[in-house]
Amino acid sequence: MSDVVERTLTALPSLLSSDPSPGRPSSTSKLGTLIRGITELTSKHDEEKLIQRELVSIKEQVSSPNTTMRQMKELMVRAVYCEMLGYEASFSYIHAIKLAQQGTALDKRVGYLAVSLFLNESHELLLLLVNTVLKDLQSTNLIEVCMALTVVGQVFPKDMIPAILPMVEEKLNHPKEIIRRKAVLALYKFYLIAPNQVQHIHSKFRKALCDKDPGVMSASLHIYLEMVTEKPESYKDLVVSFVTILKQVVGGKLPIDFNYHSVPAPWLQIQLLRILSLLGKNDRSTSEMMYEVLDESLRRAEMNHNITYAILFECVKTIYTIHPKAELLEKAAKCIGNFVLSPKINLKYLGLKALTYVVQQDANLALQHQMTIIECLDHADLIIKRETLELLFRITNGQNVKVIVEKLLEFLRHSKDDYVTIDLGGKVTELAEKYAPDNSWFIRTMNTVFLLVGDQMQPDIPNSFLRLLSEGFESAEEDQQLRLLAVDSYVSLLQEQPARLPQRFLQVISWVLGEYSSVKEGLEPATVLRLLAPLLDLRHCSSETKSWVLAAMTKLSAGPACLSVAQELAERHGGSLDTTLRQRLHELQHLASDGELLRRVLPCSDGLEPLEVDSTLSFLDGFVSEALAAGAAPYKPPHQRQEELAQEKALSVEPYGLSLPLSLSSSSIAGRLSPTVLSMSSGLSGNSTELSPKGGALRLEGVTRVWGKEGYLAKAALKPEEAAKTEVPCPLSVLQEGGSAPRTPVVSLPAPAPGPSLQAEREKQQLASCLFMGLGSQGAAGPCLMGKAEPTRHGFRKKVKGQGSSSGARGPSGDSASSSPSPLSAQSAMDNLLCSSPLDSGSTPSPADSAPSPADSAPSPADSATSPADPAPHLPHDLPANNRPCDAQEDLTEDTDTSETVVEGNSVAVVDPYDPEPLCLSPHLPEELCGLPRSEIRPLCRDASLVLSACCVRTDHSSLLVVFVSNASDSAARRFALQMTSGDLEVSRVRGGPEEEEEHVEGHSVAVYQYSLVPTRPSVHMELAGRASYQRPDGEPQSTPFSYGLSLPDFIRPLSVSTEEYGRLWLASSNDIKQNLALLSQEPDPLRATLHRLRDRLQLNVVDIIASEGIVACQLLQGPPCLMHCRLNAGCLAVWLRSSLPELPDCLLYHCQRALAQH
Amino acid sequence: MHFLLLFSRQGRLRLQKWFTPTPEREKKKIIRDMTAMVLARKPKTCNFLHWMDLKVVYKRYASLFFCLAIDDQENELLALEILHRYVELLDKYFGNVCELDIIFNFEKAYFILDEFLIGGEVQETSKQTVARCIEASDMLQEVNVFNVLSTLACC
Repeated sequence: MSDVVERTLTALPSLLSSDPSPGRPSSTSKLGTLIRGITELTSKHDEEKLIQRELVSIKEQVSSPNTTMRQMKELMVRAVYCEMLGYEASFSYIHAIKLAQQGTALDKRVGYLAVSLFLNESHELLLLLVNTVLKDLQSTNLIEVCMALTVVGQVFPKDMIPAILPMVEEKLNHPKEIIRRKAVLALYKFYLIAPNQVQHIHSKFRKALCDKDPGVMSASLHIYLEMVTEKPESYKDLVVSFVTILKQVVGGKLPIDFNYHSVPAPWLQIQLLRILSLLGKNDRSTSEMMYEVLDESLRRAEMNHNITYAILFECVKTIYTIHPKAELLEKAAKCIGNFVLSPKINLKYLGLKALTYVVQQDANLALQHQMTIIECLDHADLIIKRETLELLFRITNGQNVKVIVEKLLEFLRHSKDDYVTIDLGGKVTELAEKYAPDNSWFIRTMNTVFLLVGDQMQPDIPNSFLRLLSEGFESAEEDQQLRLLAVDSYVSLLQEQPARLPQRFLQVISWVLGEYSSVKEGLEPATVLRLLAPLLDLRHCSSETKSWVLAAMTKLSAGPACLSVAQELAERHGGSLDTTLRQRLHELQHLASDGELLRRVLPCSDGLEPLEVDSTLSFLDGFVSEALAAGAAPYKPPHQRQEELAQEKALSVEPYGLSLPLSLSSSSIAGRLSPTVLSMSSGLSGNSTELSPKGGALRLEGVTRVWGKEGYLAKAALKPEEAAKTEVPCPLSVLQEGGSAPRTPVVSLPAPAPGPSLQAEREKQQLASCLFMGLGSQGAAGPCLMGKAEPTRHGFRKKVKGQGSSSGARGPSGDSASSSPSPLSAQSAMDNLLCSSPLDSGSTPSPADSAPSPADSAPSPADSATSPADPAPHLPHDLPANNRPCDAQEDLTEDTDTSETVVEGNSVAVVDPYDPEPLCLSPHLPEELCGLPRSEIRPLCRDASLVLSACCVRTDHSSLLVVFVSNASDSAARRFALQMTSGDLEVSRVRGGPEEEEEHVEGHSVAVYQYSLVPTRPSVHMELAGRASYQRPDGEPQSTPFSYGLSLPDFIRPLSVSTEEYGRLWLASSNDIKQNLALLSQEPDPLRATLHRLRDRLQLNVVDIIASEGIVACQLLQGPPCLMHCRLNAGCLAVWLRSSLPELPDCLLYHCQRALAQH
Repeated sequence: MHFLLLFSRQGRLRLQKWFTPTPEREKKKIIRDMTAMVLARKPKTCNFLHWMDLKVVYKRYASLFFCLAIDDQENELLALEILHRYVELLDKYFGNVCELDIIFNFEKAYFILDEFLIGGEVQETSKQTVARCIEASDMLQEVNVFNVLSTLACC
């Protein structure tokens, strides 16, 4: 401590005097004084006093009107400092915003900094920042624009995004790279917090990806990583581009500026590798495109520096995630080997992490490094140890489970971190349930877990344990044995030291004893009661646990001996203040004295016939009808009540009393619980543990076993070193021997060192053989082992979890005969409330709902990148000609809605494969569809012989996607098939035309396919991903992906209703939003002109126009109506949208805005 | 990335940046836990830690600890290099940076950080570009717009 103080003090004078700017001498000195003052103090108390004094003085000064902005800046720095030390300075928040607003550039910078440090996204004061940001975005001073974008990229209120979005979008075309880059990052931030809002600018992201500045391009990759994670199938067309970029980066084509320790743009490389791994997962053809560049990356990253290892690690992960290729896997495995064997501890850690990741696909890899793993298991660094255990957890099987669980428990015994304890407890439980070799081991292990993890344990562990005991497995004999063992061990635990047992364990013990103590012959109920009774006296025993104990006692209380215990208890605890306890005592006493009643209330079944539960509560029907007859109000489900309440409110509020100039849409949707969400969440909470995420479950990180038996493993087994493993005794004999002898081949050690270490080495070898037992055989002869070994091991695998407890286990709360839930099920219901809460929140409209779609409104060349001829995104070293399509697009994206302009735009491009086709395709449109409104025909994809184009035709009752397949070659495309899927649309083929029956597309002909599209839920843009596959004349199968974007208006139909009907519908709909729209004010009758524009563009029906108000109605195709009430209000059109579908008004409003913005 | 903390060997916080919204109480707890955990690490142990479900990557530079929290599936080595690049940037700006530079000019350290990382993502990895940006903003105090523009032009 003291040397730092000294250094600080000696440095101070020089620091103060060397202040470079004479204009503000006081600034540093005041902060300096403060800092020095704090450093001098020795006690926390003094520090607190000093800071409080400081804060008072700051507060005084900031609120004084005479304080200049420059002084304010200095005060703000001090306030930030105080906050950093953990003292609240919330009074200064508003002044930080003021400083950002009013200060000159330099003061502003501090103001923005303070804002970004003080406030988080949801802070209400942030609303005051919106105008400042708006102003600065329009500033001519680049630095101010930069500052505004920087703060937007860090904190910005979600609801206010629409206000600045257009301006940020505009900045994507800014001549300065730094501005473009910051704009892209700001959009990334928007995408994260409100993906709906930026859906329409996906095409601009593509442009950013093609930016000639690598900085902008790499910034756009953040967005792509996010979008690809969400919906990999929509971005398959970009694989070529990503691969090309990576190739150029790896090849050192970037400016030297981007090098980091002479490695070219490592951050960029890693980002690209991550994107590629997502795209190549489970997709053979896509993966094939990457093999080359992955190989190249592995080869180039050879320097001995952390950053190259970081790249290698990512490469290895990618190689193991995508469709496997033996050659690459081999290299990757070698790489992992280098990591694991490295003397550098960080690399070792990463090696273990990589092993954990890949070991499920390639268990042999763990075998190769078994000695290293053993060493890591005893490593002094707990972090390394923990990672090793994680790895062991993944390789556990029926044969090594004992050793591995022992290791896990050992770590658990010494763990001080709650999080680790809970996590490991879950893991041990999972392994025990899955692989337990025998009953007594299982009970012992579970006892240890209950003791060690204690009451922090995930609540589903005791639940599933009890369910396991009560439901049993195939053989009744085994079940009885298991229960007997449990009872035995619990009795002895209670005899020893019950005071030490955790609550959860006590609950489990009392339930098991209450339920199954009869299994043990010679164990008198009264003895058990005497064991249980002292638990009620324990001081740390919670009232919940006491209830469990008493419930167990009630079940056992038969016979005169028990009655005396019961009475004794009643006397001792009868005066307890806890009413539940008193009631249970009373029950116990009553039932103990009345054996007949006890048998009726708690029938002593063998516990296996399921209880009949009448979930409709039909036995209450008589009661209900009586109550109704007596004048009671009929029951309404909660969501209906909620809705009515909302309606009442809506009616009482003056329509436009609160019309804000900015969009309230998102907040109004989020602010109200829509009935659908409500009923869904209530449905969820009723569900059982199935939904509760089990923390201890294997986190596979989405890895599927792409390695088939005939895949990589089979090939690997041929190699000499693994050939040994195939000599493992056949699994059948493994079973017979009972899995005791070490038979896993141990990789021979490099010449054992002479001397005393020999003994240690031998011990390690022994441990290794135990740990890795069964691993090799599983890898080599997997299927056989599975087939034979499973049935016996199967025992402890959890049964499919049903709702609550379905067994006839007698509920410990045996007060009412039938419908009272047993503590077990009540417990699981309670757990659900806790556990499923993350799920509940997940079920509210999630980012996944918003289908990211490449902007369909701008079918520009860069957009329709589905074409294989699409120029890859450009790095500066690319040919200048390649940039031209981009430039052309720049002009077009703003307003293209017609195909003509696109074609023009395309003709600028060097290559344009589509130009002639769309024009000559319209005659092929089926006759019955001619004359109907339709979108322009757009190319979907093309390859050597086929060109696919499509358009969307609107009929009154459906939307049809018409796909034209034109075959320009001489030979027929055989077995032609189209597959289409979409998250937002229901796609079904419309059968009919003769040419559709035979699935060949003849040479020089055009085949037409029709698909009916029905939106499953409204969203602003919807996307369809598809794949066309056929056989080339030479028999080679060919397949081409494509995607097609649609927007909401394609599915909107006018709704003709009378004004009265409209009024009724209006009251029936509940999800509403209000907003002001631009008015076509230059027209003679602005209201009429505006509404007609909406009618023409969006197929809305204008129901009525009365004076300055108009009502408009439409409906979603095969969906609910959406109503719109418009009113002239201060030069704007105030609209109020309502629908029974929550998302619909929001999406429609967006399109209204667009329709009115275009001229 | 979730947060970045800089603290001294005595556990005194020098800089904090939160990339995900975190309540105040949670922040205090994290800072307490982090300093305790990192300072308790023995030499020759790895630079990574687990904290709840996060990974914490830390490194000591002279008397200062740099400590960055990332998601479990992120690349720890890369995070280590992010810290290193930040130190390099500080070094370039202050010239042979020491803890005192950061104590007394912590707002500058924040400015540099904001040019390097934004919203928890790496914004700019080129050392020169970041340096030029900061320089350009710093020059604002001379209110010489032409100068500023010409500096920015080289960005």
